[in-house]
Amino acid sequence: MTKGGGGSVILHRRISFRRLLPIKGTDRVRRRNVLPGLPLSLGVTLFYVGLIVVLPLAALVFKAASLGPEDYWRIVSSPRAVASYRVTVLSALGATVFNLFFGLSLAWVITRYRFPGRRIVDAVVDLPFALPTAVAGIALTALFANNGWFGSVLESYGIKVAYTPLGIMIAMCFTSLPFIVRTVQPVLEDLDPALEEAAQSLGGSDWAIFTKVILPLLAPALLAGVSLSFARCLGEFGAIIFIAGNLPMSTEITALLIFIRLEEYDYQAAAAIASVLLLTAFLMLAVTNWLQARALRYTARG
Amino acid sequence: MSAFPPRRKPPRVGDAPLFRRALIGVVLLLVALVIVAPLVIIGVEAFAKGWAVYRDTIVHPDTLHAVMLTVLAALIAVPINTAFGIAAAWAITKFDFRLKRFLLVVIEIPFSVSPIVAGVAYLFVYGLQGILGPLLDAYDIKILFAIPGIIIASMFVTAPFVARELIPLMQAQGRDLEEAATSLGASGFRTFLSVTLPNVKWALLYGVILCNARVMGEFGAVSVVSGNIRGQTNTLPLHIELLYHDYQTTGAFAAASILALIAVFTIIAKVALERQGAGRVRKTANPAEKTS
Amino acid sequence: MNRLLILGTALAALLVQPAMAQEKKLLNASYDVARELFVAENEAFVKAHPGVTVDQSHAGTSKQARSIVEGLEADVVTFNQSTDIDFLAKNGFVSKEWTKAFPNNASPFYSFPAFLVRAGNPKNIKGWADLARDDVHAVFPNPKTSGNARYTYLAATAWAKEEFKDDQEKIDAYITKIFDNVPVFDTGGRAATTTFVERGQGDVLITFEAETRGIEKQYGKDKVQNVIPQVSLLAEFPVAVVEKVAKKHGTEELAKTYLDFLYTEEGQRIAAQFGHRVQNEKVAAEFKSDFPEIRLVKVDDVFGGWENIQKEHFASGGTLDKLYGSR
Repeated sequence: MTKGGGGSVILHRRISFRRLLPIKGTDRVRRRNVLPGLPLSLGVTLFYVGLIVVLPLAALVFKAASLGPEDYWRIVSSPRAVASYRVTVLSALGATVFNLFFGLSLAWVITRYRFPGRRIVDAVVDLPFALPTAVAGIALTALFANNGWFGSVLESYGIKVAYTPLGIMIAMCFTSLPFIVRTVQPVLEDLDPALEEAAQSLGGSDWAIFTKVILPLLAPALLAGVSLSFARCLGEFGAIIFIAGNLPMSTEITALLIFIRLEEYDYQAAAAIASVLLLTAFLMLAVTNWLQARALRYTARG
Repeated sequence: MSAFPPRRKPPRVGDAPLFRRALIGVVLLLVALVIVAPLVIIGVEAFAKGWAVYRDTIVHPDTLHAVMLTVLAALIAVPINTAFGIAAAWAITKFDFRLKRFLLVVIEIPFSVSPIVAGVAYLFVYGLQGILGPLLDAYDIKILFAIPGIIIASMFVTAPFVARELIPLMQAQGRDLEEAATSLGASGFRTFLSVTLPNVKWALLYGVILCNARVMGEFGAVSVVSGNIRGQTNTLPLHIELLYHDYQTTGAFAAASILALIAVFTIIAKVALERQGAGRVRKTANPAEKTS
Repeated sequence: MNRLLILGTALAALLVQPAMAQEKKLLNASYDVARELFVAENEAFVKAHPGVTVDQSHAGTSKQARSIVEGLEADVVTFNQSTDIDFLAKNGFVSKEWTKAFPNNASPFYSFPAFLVRAGNPKNIKGWADLARDDVHAVFPNPKTSGNARYTYLAATAWAKEEFKDDQEKIDAYITKIFDNVPVFDTGGRAATTTFVERGQGDVLITFEAETRGIEKQYGKDKVQNVIPQVSLLAEFPVAVVEKVAKKHGTEELAKTYLDFLYTEEGQRIAAQFGHRVQNEKVAAEFKSDFPEIRLVKVDDVFGGWENIQKEHFASGGTLDKLYGSR
């Protein structure tokens, strides 16, 4: 990796650090390491991760496991839980698909075009990361409720957003948009113009070059961004509870169902459903990991 | 493309003026609707009843206490997470050991776990019915429904931020410089301070800023472990919810405007840091940049 | 290094601090919509007992009860239904005989589910029968998380039992109809208020009379108005000392004094000012013109006690879950 490549990682930090790791295996054959500080740094890391991350999650899994397989299955497959997975996953899918197109266009516009306000647009992309989700939730609700700025306009066309699955989708779109933009942006920036020029000289139309040359190069980064964004959507809570109708079976997301099970003193059920979310998060991480390893292979070859 | 008169630099894909304008227009519109509008409405609603109401909300003792508590949580959680991030980055990038990838995945878990799940998990550890609860109670140490619980929950949610900024950069920079420094007899701390740190300081600072923004805004995990005691364990985001449900929508938006301001400053700081630390790199990294 | 040391000390101080702060201080864990009421009650109480501070925590009472069992150190609870105090009693936090510790089943004041409609009552909503109309959308929180909404559900059921002469099929059809028309299920009473008033959802908000009066006062009769049905369900607001916590804090006396204060003339007057109906005859007479007559049925008479209700209606797999399933 060149110095320039490293720089673009600071700029667009959303490119995950795991992308960079496998390189080491190829360019580094040294066996012995002379640097000090392994016991201290690794000790601190393991202690902290153990205490802050692993211990609570282990307690959660332990609690869920105390149920026994039959009860566990009954709880996590109850119609209401299944409905909440469906609402959560479908809304997350919808939001991610929207963000795929919007995020790609946004990344494209800020890397390839120069226009007044470009830097501002580039900067505000990070707003959903910096804005607390609860604040985003009340702001979106105020906008999309049927007496709000957008809600009142949409209502006259018969579209209801707040308190419907559409509202959940919009909240998810808002909080997960930067993931796709920030993973695609560095790849788009580093794209070699020579490739396009070659394709152009062969007489390809813009659309053909985009779909046959550029898109395949972007695909791994896009997929990684999509899976990150999807994972974030699945876990979102703060922004959604304000704007969702929270109706069981239709607009109740899984995170809220956990909350409700807790309020009913049903700890084990809460733990069981939470473990489903936890497992999904793990799977999403694994998928991201795998996609990014592939992305690396791809760029390494190109 | 053939409709274009030949130029010195051939137009790149997607540079047809009509398409370009249309795409910029659509993207700007969507950015305005999706990202900027929520920010604007916070300001509008916050001042909907005039400056006096806004000021009264901000200087109300409960709001001030929420601000203090939020700042306190950040003052404790951010330095600890920074120290952790540096240690993790050093261990992971400068050494090879088994299960390193696994460790990386574990560090990243808080990014993908729903904050509610985190809050519930802490309940099972520190709650009176949890694993450590009875022990803590015997020594009269309060974690849940008190300030330590809020801080720990915030630490969970933001644990990966600093590490995540540092690791790719330190990875890219390799170990050669540090190895040279130690072979010349510098101690580990010395090597870190005078060799590694100058190279990563902007990324570090950036990680700290993001971590801080997230600590101050955490809602889901904190809402499970806080206990909602007015003027005691209400952080600013929880206080916003409380006001929102207290017939005080305007007040809620006023309090939200504080957090929105922090978000805006975070972004300004980020842009400034990019200019400072990486502006030079950026220019060379993107030679194809063209003006229009 | 130095900084770390300071941080360590600060952290240690934080951990120890709650243990040291044991002077005259009470924490009152209460239900969601009682926020303003207890701000006023506490102010009056502190005036009468200088040097005491009363902190308040408000949320759905089920959440509060759970938090106390998990370690929220509330000295007293002022809830809106007895099942959640029973839960505390079952876990050994409250005396089993808590209903006898204070007058009137340990309930200093009471209320009942009433309606709040948009100004001028455009949908002409007068009573429980109107809730099942096709064009009426009722807003109330989720009965699984909100005591307030549990009363709403029970009041509607109680009315239906009378109206349809215990014909279970008709009762079910009626309740299902109401639930099918609910546009938003918030988790707490106050969230439902915000949804109805600020966000303009639905045609009628169902919540305690105390709350509908408060909202009417807050937003003005030109926006919303309250409607009292002819019959409703008595909602007693029970209180109790959380003995386990109070013993630990050494605040048992103070906690009792505080709850007694709610029964004094002054305490009752404040409650009445915030729209609660009170037992104190003198205060009740003072506010007679504010509170129209209403026939209130009792939980024990209609449903045979809270224990039955919990089993039949609210437990997992109960009537309520079936209603959700029908959506």
